[in-house]
Amino acid sequence: MNLPVIIKFVIDLLAVLLLALGIKGLSKVKSARDANRLAAFAMSLSVVGLLSYYLGTSGIAIQSWIWIIIGSIIGSLFGAILAKKVPMTSMPETVALFNGCGGMSSLLVALGVAIFPISSGQENFDFFKSLINEVSISVSIFVGAITFTGSIVAMAKLQGWLSTPGWTQSKVRHFVNIVFAVASLIAFFDLINGNTSSIWLLVIVSSLLGIGVTLPIGGADMPVVISLLNSYSGIAAAAAGFVVDSQLLIVAGAMVGAAGLILTQVMCKGMNRSLVSVLFGGSLSAQSTASSGSGEYTNITSCSVEECALTLEAANKVIIVPGYGLAVAQAQHTLREVTKKLEQNGIEVVYAIHPVAGRMPGHMNVLLAEADVPYEQLKEMDVVNPDFPATDVVLVLGANDVVNPQAKNDSSSPLYGMPVLDVQEARTVFVIKRGMSAGYSGIKNDLFDLPNTSMVFGDAKKVLNDLIGELKDLGVGEK
Amino acid sequence: MSFISLLWVLLLGSLLGLELIGKVPPTLHTPLMSGANAISGITMLAALTLIVKAEGNVPLLIIGSVSLGFALFNVVGGFFVTDRMLAMFSRKPSNKK
Repeated sequence: MNLPVIIKFVIDLLAVLLLALGIKGLSKVKSARDANRLAAFAMSLSVVGLLSYYLGTSGIAIQSWIWIIIGSIIGSLFGAILAKKVPMTSMPETVALFNGCGGMSSLLVALGVAIFPISSGQENFDFFKSLINEVSISVSIFVGAITFTGSIVAMAKLQGWLSTPGWTQSKVRHFVNIVFAVASLIAFFDLINGNTSSIWLLVIVSSLLGIGVTLPIGGADMPVVISLLNSYSGIAAAAAGFVVDSQLLIVAGAMVGAAGLILTQVMCKGMNRSLVSVLFGGSLSAQSTASSGSGEYTNITSCSVEECALTLEAANKVIIVPGYGLAVAQAQHTLREVTKKLEQNGIEVVYAIHPVAGRMPGHMNVLLAEADVPYEQLKEMDVVNPDFPATDVVLVLGANDVVNPQAKNDSSSPLYGMPVLDVQEARTVFVIKRGMSAGYSGIKNDLFDLPNTSMVFGDAKKVLNDLIGELKDLGVGEK
Repeated sequence: MSFISLLWVLLLGSLLGLELIGKVPPTLHTPLMSGANAISGITMLAALTLIVKAEGNVPLLIIGSVSLGFALFNVVGGFFVTDRMLAMFSRKPSNKK
């Protein structure tokens, strides 16, 4: 072993260690931010390691430097700008977009090596001679393409640019996807037989497969899909590692792939969905309209903001249940003002955070943290559920499915078995909502029919602003 | 590196990944996903390798460069956005009575 090899070995080892520590640290609140920076540092370290290795061995041509600089400046710049500008409410879409680009990168690397096998032949890199390389190139292209198109579709659906086309809910979609899958298998074997041009067939059909698999999935399940695609992009990176013969790439890719899989499972559990039903079951709302799950509301009580303010003033303990509607209305800051007033009046206020509140686990925590809500006031579902019977007022803000008692009482409901917040146990429940439309699952919410539930119709931000006015008139929080 | 030893690397890396994430509070699901996502941009190393080994093959250089761009978009954007999310957790509320 010569010196550059040893140096690279040591740096790679260090990078893997730091990346592992980074992922580990990211799973604890206290260490998360430092861990993220540690991981970023490890990534830069790995680049330094690779470049110094080539400088020490084969050298890097000027021309290569130019293309390296062009690519990195453009990519980093766009990434940094997007990361700084994007509003916190569109976090899931942003992660999907980044993820898709990672998949695209793996796809391009494999494609480059496949099309120009000779030019990389410095160290007997004769790619098409060995079966292993063909397999890893194919896997890298296959997974990379699915990650890319799948992520883009997921992003478009979350942004509302794309709806779920009706035909994708019929059984036809399974047939179509099977055709795509078989076609990619054929392209794969054709490739191994030495027919290089079938690589394009592989690119096309695996891209189509990514679209075909993601398109039928309902918006409510999108976070799980994004997490799964994130895991895929790790696998794509590992496959690219086999293509260019890099252990570091394989380790890091495998780590992300496995960690992503675990995270996906954790998320599925939170929503009481199995991965299989998320991937192949189609969208929830389509099922429920087909069955008799939906029905008419019979006993809706609507009330004014003033009544709501009066009840709040008389309360001792208030629990806030925030949902995606709050995020869409950008009302988290207004909400914080309301709760500040209540707290100043000696009322105990906590926020009940459902594991999948917001459309992505942890999303709501991020939004509330943005509005300066103290971390200690955010209570997880299991902690807060026993408190509801002793609670005077519950404010449900733009949440729907996560407070649906059907999940507990109605075994025929598609939501049955999903862990929910038992808000109906509280003395009074106010649901602030724009209208009677169903939640993300498209299922009727029995909570709205209960006698202790009152609906306050209106945009979350406007209602909260009015609420601040009413509370002021009552002299709440003025002392 | 022989193929077999690379397979070992793959296996051990996967096991490590499985072990690393045991219990994660739901609060951190989004940042964790976003951070792990940034790490998956490690394909930038493959893109770099491609560019270095291109030896003046312009189409390959371009493919490598585009690939590097996509990867860095993933990496830089991913880490920044994760940091932005996590910064909100660490901010101390100053006006507490």
